[in-house]
Amino acid sequence: MCLDCGCSDIPEGIVKIHTHDHLHDHDHTHPHDHEHPHDHHHEHIALDSDRRTIAISQSILSQNDRLAERNHGYFMAKGISVLNVLSSPGAGKTALLERTMTELRDRLKSAIIVGDLATDNDAQRLRRSGAEVIQITTGSVCHLEAEMIAKALQQMHLDGVKLLAIENVGNLVCPAAYDLGENLRVVVFSVTEGEDKPLKYPVMFKTADIVLISKIDLAEVVEFNRELALHNIHQIAPQAKILEISAKTGVGMQDWCQCIEQSLQKSLAV
Amino acid sequence: MHEVSIIQSMLDIAFDQAESQGANQIHQLNLRVGAISGVVPEALQFAFNSCTEGTIASDAKLEIEWVKAVCYCPQCHAEFTPHDWVYVCPRCERLTHEIRQGRELQLVSLEVS
Repeated sequence: MCLDCGCSDIPEGIVKIHTHDHLHDHDHTHPHDHEHPHDHHHEHIALDSDRRTIAISQSILSQNDRLAERNHGYFMAKGISVLNVLSSPGAGKTALLERTMTELRDRLKSAIIVGDLATDNDAQRLRRSGAEVIQITTGSVCHLEAEMIAKALQQMHLDGVKLLAIENVGNLVCPAAYDLGENLRVVVFSVTEGEDKPLKYPVMFKTADIVLISKIDLAEVVEFNRELALHNIHQIAPQAKILEISAKTGVGMQDWCQCIEQSLQKSLAV
Repeated sequence: MHEVSIIQSMLDIAFDQAESQGANQIHQLNLRVGAISGVVPEALQFAFNSCTEGTIASDAKLEIEWVKAVCYCPQCHAEFTPHDWVYVCPRCERLTHEIRQGRELQLVSLEVS
């Protein structure tokens, strides 16, 4: 319905009333009222009065969430446990995965998807562990999305693979919002980054299943306050299991590998 | 800055809906953004301005409703509003990670013609 005149004409715009057909060629004043028993004709032009609301109520990430669910179903069907490894750039994700896959090599067949804005340097490093590695270069995108994982999976040979690690783009902000279909979210921060990292990036830490404190071999050199760091993690992410690790010396690797194997058993049991 | 990705996903939904309902122009997009969704309203606005250029939403307004976080304490079986990023129950002082509200990133409605 036209909002200006109330007519039920095609609601294409505001009402523009045209001039009358009859002529007023006399120049005297009109002390009397005119009567207009006829309907006015008018045309509609698209303008504000036609504004209407379309109700949507849809999560903006619903497309990603649907694809993540599909990935998750695929992983379950294949009996693969999946880690989404997140940290800021330089926290030691690649070194950690390189060592992890090497340690697990005899017990678990593994694969890795690694995301970076550019270069396949990390993929080349990770291949040394013997795992199959696919590099995703995101261009300018600062995080991995479920769709990118789905596409990478098409290029992978996952028969017999029990563990898939996804090394996300180094970024403690954006990847927090994107579910990839993983079983475990592992947030890594190194002793060189400071004890207050969880306080600075709470959204990411709140999504963590495991928090890994990496480069623990450097703790003394950088005067890392371990108690304070553990306290901060617990305050922000009370749900997270905390492990301290050094990919260089191997400290904490055993607990970490055990954690991965437990997660695998759990995902197979479901 | 994943706000660009967020805005693009939002516009995908908006353009689909506008087209299917025969609209020629989008005047306003109403969005609900949670306090722990991980996006910054100013960055959303910035991304919105650049992503809508030359589209049917080029003159559209982005209206953001900010949704505060609400947590749940499993011990007290009660919801509470946290004061900061440490989600501690005001009754029993237990820490919780159960979030009932605040992760929203939702396109609520469009105003079109």
